[in-house]
Amino acid sequence: MTSEPIIRTVNISKIYKIGEEELYALRDVSLEIRRNEYVSIMGPSGSGKSTFFNMVGALDKPSKGDVFMAGYRLTDLSPSQLAWVRCHNIGYVFQSFNLIPTMTALENVAIARIFSGRTPSEARKDAAEALGQVGLSDRLEHVPGALSGGQQQRVAIARAIVNKPSIILADEPTGNLDLHTGEEIIKLLSDMKTNFGITIITATHDTKMLSASDTVVWIKDGRVDRVAARSDVKIEVGSIDGSTLA
Amino acid sequence: MTNTAYNTERRMDELDRIPDQTVIPWSVAFSVSWGSLRRRFFRSLITMAGVILAIAFLTYMLVTDDVTNALILVNQDQLNILLQKADVDIIAATGTDKRMMLLIGLSLFTCLVGIINSMLMSVTERIREIGTMKCLGALSTFILKIYFIESALQGVIGTLIGLLVGFVVGFGISVHSFHGYVWQYLPVVEILKSLGISAVIGALISVVAAIAPAQWASAKEPVDAMRVEQ
Repeated sequence: MTSEPIIRTVNISKIYKIGEEELYALRDVSLEIRRNEYVSIMGPSGSGKSTFFNMVGALDKPSKGDVFMAGYRLTDLSPSQLAWVRCHNIGYVFQSFNLIPTMTALENVAIARIFSGRTPSEARKDAAEALGQVGLSDRLEHVPGALSGGQQQRVAIARAIVNKPSIILADEPTGNLDLHTGEEIIKLLSDMKTNFGITIITATHDTKMLSASDTVVWIKDGRVDRVAARSDVKIEVGSIDGSTLA
Repeated sequence: MTNTAYNTERRMDELDRIPDQTVIPWSVAFSVSWGSLRRRFFRSLITMAGVILAIAFLTYMLVTDDVTNALILVNQDQLNILLQKADVDIIAATGTDKRMMLLIGLSLFTCLVGIINSMLMSVTERIREIGTMKCLGALSTFILKIYFIESALQGVIGTLIGLLVGFVVGFGISVHSFHGYVWQYLPVVEILKSLGISAVIGALISVVAAIAPAQWASAKEPVDAMRVEQ
């Protein structure tokens, strides 16, 4: 069982039709992500990075090819089963946090727990615990508007882990945060991997992310350009920074 | 070192079959909708204003009509003078006339379009919220439930306020025009019937106006939540 990668994509393509023309957002991407791996998907905007990310996260279906999650082919699942997978197996973290503005931090986390079938009171208890794990025990009753960006992203991470998923998908989690806060969020995600064995998949163009990653995947023009282990990447970080900052 | 306190609750690869997602009961959906309404109070108030005005107008028309019809039937000289002063056509006024029905119908239709419009706007504003909920595992039926409850609640509260306002204004104007005669010949049954009709029409409008936006909201894909629009 453990040999089966947690996510496997087989020749997935995503084609958008604009009039008569076919536009490939992704072209024949095959990739394996192992359990308890921290994977960063890098690529400029328009590279197909987000499209790939959405496929892997069971949020969108490929036009061709298959996505397997823990051995299940996602296209074989019904909408209700897909909702179950999103609820129990995946935690999502977004660039713009996507908290519900009318709900308190506690309620934002609790609603995810309610979707897994818990009663509202059980859900609140578990939500408080999850918020404790991200260091926000003293902010339970604050609405998102009263929290800083970093705190909002922590609430989002608490929401992502409250159902104890095996995967966290983070789309540009540091994109709206300053350097220091971004590093804290990366550290937090990295801790989730180390302490809880969660597989972390992030889409990013933030080079800070690289140091926490086990594997870095570069996507370019809808294809996997390169896959590298962390040990190989470290050497290159300087050159990436150097070239972008120069 | 993996923390033993954390166990992925249901690992997909240990299951023979992926279960169906839990269906959230109406009571939970209700508390979510109620919270959202309360915190978007002014927004809801605008939506409700449409219902309040339409139902108040309908109730006002029906109640004043009930009162004048009852007074016409009394056929007493002094009362007939009062009726003529109030511009009531004593001879023709047998039941609600067609022009009035058309006017009422139009006002109700406007109200229906108004609620649908403001519900659709509220759904558009919250597409990302809907997408997020779907990412968290919400089924389309849950989204359908919360938006249905939300617009139905606005409709019901609006109807109740509209009934009260329409009745008070209609009855007040009648008492002002016909003084004690109103009390003397009060058409209790007819007025109750009119209030009932208004309530039923208000409820119908709310439900019909709720269905389209709720349907539209629930059909949104979770991938919409991921799109960053800034």
